[in-house]
Amino acid sequence: MEYNWDWSVLFQVPYFGWLISGIQWTLLVAGCAWVIAFLLGSLIGVSRTLRNPILRGIGAVYVEVFRGIPLLVQLFIWYFVVPELLPQDAGMWVKRELPQPEFTTAVICLGTYTAARVAEQVRSGLQSLSGDLSNAGRAIGLTERQNYLHIRLPVAYRIILPPLTSEFLTTFKNSSLALTIGVLELTAQSRQIENYTFHGFEAFTAATVIYLVITLSVVAIMRGVDRYLRIPTNAGGSS
Amino acid sequence: MLIVIYAYRLTLAGRLNVQNFDYQVIINALPLLWEGLQLSFLLTALALVLGLLWGTCLAIMRVWGSAPLRWFSAIYVNAFRSIPLILVIFWFYFLVPMLTGESVGQFYSALIAFTLFEAAYYAEIMRAGFNSVSREQYQAGQAIGLTYTQNLRFIVLPQAVRNMTPVLLTQAIILFQDTSLVYVVSLRDFMTTASVIATREGRLIELYLFAAAVYFVICFSGSLLVKRLQKKVAT
Repeated sequence: MEYNWDWSVLFQVPYFGWLISGIQWTLLVAGCAWVIAFLLGSLIGVSRTLRNPILRGIGAVYVEVFRGIPLLVQLFIWYFVVPELLPQDAGMWVKRELPQPEFTTAVICLGTYTAARVAEQVRSGLQSLSGDLSNAGRAIGLTERQNYLHIRLPVAYRIILPPLTSEFLTTFKNSSLALTIGVLELTAQSRQIENYTFHGFEAFTAATVIYLVITLSVVAIMRGVDRYLRIPTNAGGSS
Repeated sequence: MLIVIYAYRLTLAGRLNVQNFDYQVIINALPLLWEGLQLSFLLTALALVLGLLWGTCLAIMRVWGSAPLRWFSAIYVNAFRSIPLILVIFWFYFLVPMLTGESVGQFYSALIAFTLFEAAYYAEIMRAGFNSVSREQYQAGQAIGLTYTQNLRFIVLPQAVRNMTPVLLTQAIILFQDTSLVYVVSLRDFMTTASVIATREGRLIELYLFAAAVYFVICFSGSLLVKRLQKKVAT
């Protein structure tokens, strides 16, 4: 194995900047997608626990469809197919004037995809709550909506914090798929450095280390948050 | 429902009419797509078997191994679970030819990448499966005089396998979906084939929607199967 080691290449002028900009895009895609995923996923998760069969049906179909199609296929559909199917004017606008089209598409795609997975977590969190909690809410005169907003959802989020953290990390890793439509995030930048310098080993190591550091920091932070928010009487609680 | 109404309105507007949707291009592409799908299945099957083998080793190291083995397994699993699959594919696409000194093609480097990557996830599922069998079960085995291996074979493993099979199958479906990522090294699986034909024929809508439908049918049937199995296991 002959390989010309040169770690300094990572710190040379264009390449270091590429890595930094890659980190920014990765965090930006993952962060924006997570906002969509969390809001939409919570809505769908709640709708699956309601009594209304139509809303429940919509939630179930959404989850099955978005989980049953690979993320890459969904990304291409959002990028190539959806603009064609929109009404004429809207399609034109998306094709010509949408700001940062690749980034926006990646965020919407990743957000709606992750929403299906968040929805499942929210649903299981809500279903794990005892019926007494809702009854107590009703007894003090809360409407169904208030009951969800002020009692059931806050408790459910605290229960599902660990799986939600791992969903966020999955989103963070899945943001690398955005490179297929041209978003120059971290993985794309490391690939580009390899192409320009032939120092693939250094470039991929840098990307790997950055991903590891971010993941481990998120895990460490969320472990602290979880300890703080954990419901004391819950099984496995530190009490 | 909304989607149906919307599709109907599009049809009225003549933008999604039946003539416009070119079925012929899909029919013509079927032989190539079938080849691609076979490659996807082959890659899934091989990566599943090899990943399970390596994942079992990792899980055993983690649960019953000595300290260095435990550490190795923990670091391996956590490292692979922290980085994106695409990066792993790039790594091995770049590393394998360099280590072996010759080009082995995208298929083998992708297979190695998938095996090593999925093994980390399988190991984690199995560890949870082993740990799901309560300590009392093991002690009960000891109490009736079973040896260590007998205990594992007759008490712990049957229950652990029963508990983790649905999750492992779900992970296999995810693996099947993930094989579409070999697109980034232009390996001709189902997804890449669909994309190549879509671009060549200028028929992106037809081919991507068709690809999505095929993936959906396969994955949805898979997940229905898993659900049925789960009910069986639960009883």
